[in-house]
Amino acid sequence: MPSKSKFKEVMRRDRVFDFMVPGGRHAVIAKQLDISHDIVLYVEGISVSFDGFKALNDLNLYINNGELRCIIGPNGAGKTTMMDVITGKTKPDAGTAFFGQTMDLTAMSEYEIAAAGIGRKFQKPTIFPEHTVFENLELAMHCDKRVWTTLFARLSSAQQDRILEIVDTIMLAAQINLQAKNLSHGQKQWLEIGMLLMQNPQLLLVDEPIAGMTQQETERTAELLTSLAGQHSVVVVEHDMEFVRSIAKTVTVLHEGHVLAEGSMDEVQNNQQVIEVYLGE
Amino acid sequence: MTAQAHIKNKSLITQLFMSDKGSQIFFALLMTMTIVVPILHLAVPADSALHVSAYTLTLLGKYLSFALLAIALDLVWGYCGILSLGHAAFFALGGYAMGMYLMRQIADRGVYGNPELPDFMVFLDWQELPWFWYGFDQFWFAMLMVILVPGLLAYIFGWLAFRSRVTGVYLSIITQALTYALMLAFFRNEMGFGGNNGLTDFKDILGYNLQDDSTRVALFLASAIMLIIGYTVAKFIINSKLGRVTVAIRDAEDRARFVGYKVENYKLWVFTFSAVLAGIAGALYVPQVGIINPGEFSPLNSIELVVWVAVGGRGYLYGAVLGAFIVNFAKTYFTAVLPEVWLFALGGLFIFVTIFMPQGIVGLIAKLTSKKNPSSSPPIENQFSEQKPWKSKADA
Repeated sequence: MPSKSKFKEVMRRDRVFDFMVPGGRHAVIAKQLDISHDIVLYVEGISVSFDGFKALNDLNLYINNGELRCIIGPNGAGKTTMMDVITGKTKPDAGTAFFGQTMDLTAMSEYEIAAAGIGRKFQKPTIFPEHTVFENLELAMHCDKRVWTTLFARLSSAQQDRILEIVDTIMLAAQINLQAKNLSHGQKQWLEIGMLLMQNPQLLLVDEPIAGMTQQETERTAELLTSLAGQHSVVVVEHDMEFVRSIAKTVTVLHEGHVLAEGSMDEVQNNQQVIEVYLGE
Repeated sequence: MTAQAHIKNKSLITQLFMSDKGSQIFFALLMTMTIVVPILHLAVPADSALHVSAYTLTLLGKYLSFALLAIALDLVWGYCGILSLGHAAFFALGGYAMGMYLMRQIADRGVYGNPELPDFMVFLDWQELPWFWYGFDQFWFAMLMVILVPGLLAYIFGWLAFRSRVTGVYLSIITQALTYALMLAFFRNEMGFGGNNGLTDFKDILGYNLQDDSTRVALFLASAIMLIIGYTVAKFIINSKLGRVTVAIRDAEDRARFVGYKVENYKLWVFTFSAVLAGIAGALYVPQVGIINPGEFSPLNSIELVVWVAVGGRGYLYGAVLGAFIVNFAKTYFTAVLPEVWLFALGGLFIFVTIFMPQGIVGLIAKLTSKKNPSSSPPIENQFSEQKPWKSKADA
């Protein structure tokens, strides 16, 4: 009976679906991620301006479930602003961003978005410096993050196993009890990726993951990111073209807050507009 | 995992302090003082060199309440990165709630002998008790207010401030404004809290004369016990995952937010709890010094409080206690011997500590010992330190 009435509610003919209402800012925050259409992220017509400067200008972007997408673009193309919009840090002036079919990201706050399943790695590795690697991962773990439950939280053995598993994945097993501030730059980057994984996110936004990494570390990161795709959707913003070539199936080029081109690496590199933007007129 | 099972069998208290040498030393010293000082006061004859005078006893009792206040500030500042420059306001509010109870106990023994109204109200020619004084003749009600008034103010203030993401120096400034505004308000006679003179002339508490030796000892003991309880609860919070989250917020607020913590709620919770602790400290302070007046709201008091914690070592609970004792001892000494020098000494101390000992005395000691023994534990206590080292699956 309740499901029948719910169905009737959805099928009412006197109004359209909530998420299709134009300029729909009303919170459509479902608890469950709905990726029945196989698209995990819809970014449509997003514009953001700071003091008249248009950081994003009618940006449209769709990320498929399980996809690994690389986003490239010159400085100031709006890559970081785009991530800010998706993670709720910046509210757009216009446009919509949906996580799955139902979750309106523009109406959610950072912690809600994180809990819903979007993890973000910052450009500058941001970890908790005074905590050990273990604690960093513990803090990032997907669980009830309300104050009171946190006060009395105890690690279950399943959770411990999960942490140890991730520690191996990010190859920091030897440093597990080391304070994170003592890690090398590359290790910090990995720790941050590990923290993302602890959140069990459906979508990972990774901003410049290989900055400051050695060749070997870079290769390992490429391997890691590729292995994540499939189970998770991964969006990587990166400057290093060689790295992008090594991991990307689909590349999106941003320029002046707008998508300039999208396609495989070869297509994009042969695109006349892209060449102009990168090499100058 | 046998080590863990072993740990689980131990009591909560043992777990909390097992790996924390500083806290153990602190407890040993505090316990010794709590037991020895009252004995030296009550049992040793007054002409003996070992006798502790009533003045010293009350002074130490006062320091104990300051130590509790310092812990309260250390929780928000040292562990959550919120530099409150108005924490003395919560202390004073708790003090006023206690003062109101003590005022009502005077009954008709005041100068004007009015059984219903405190002296200052008779003096202002008021006819009846203002509504907000109702209930303060009951001890339990006053104690409830000691907790509720500072807690509620901190909650409302914090809710507004943290929700709007006011942080850093801006938050410090508005907390300073809060305490200043309260000071100005309490200075007014119309407020009904005794104006300029505040509340004083207390006679007894729960029927015991405040001037009696036994009452003084009881208040001293109450302060010591509250300090122990406050310290233990604070330690429990810091050792819990909540404590690790607050430190995470202190160090990387954005990261904590994107990891999925509602940072505002955490800050609000810690801030409110800290205000309650400060209020309790104020309630212990007032019967021992015998007066509460609007001067307690003075911004200078809050800044002094920050200096205590900075000198002792923020981010260490025992550091805050140590700082409270050292700076207040210095204050008692200087204001008696060289009163005009004190404020300069305080300012100088703050500058010295900020530049040369950013982690305070305890931090300096920790640094010196860790040079000898590089593997010694970091300033953040954690529940896993005793289980080290973790073995990864790769090793196994």
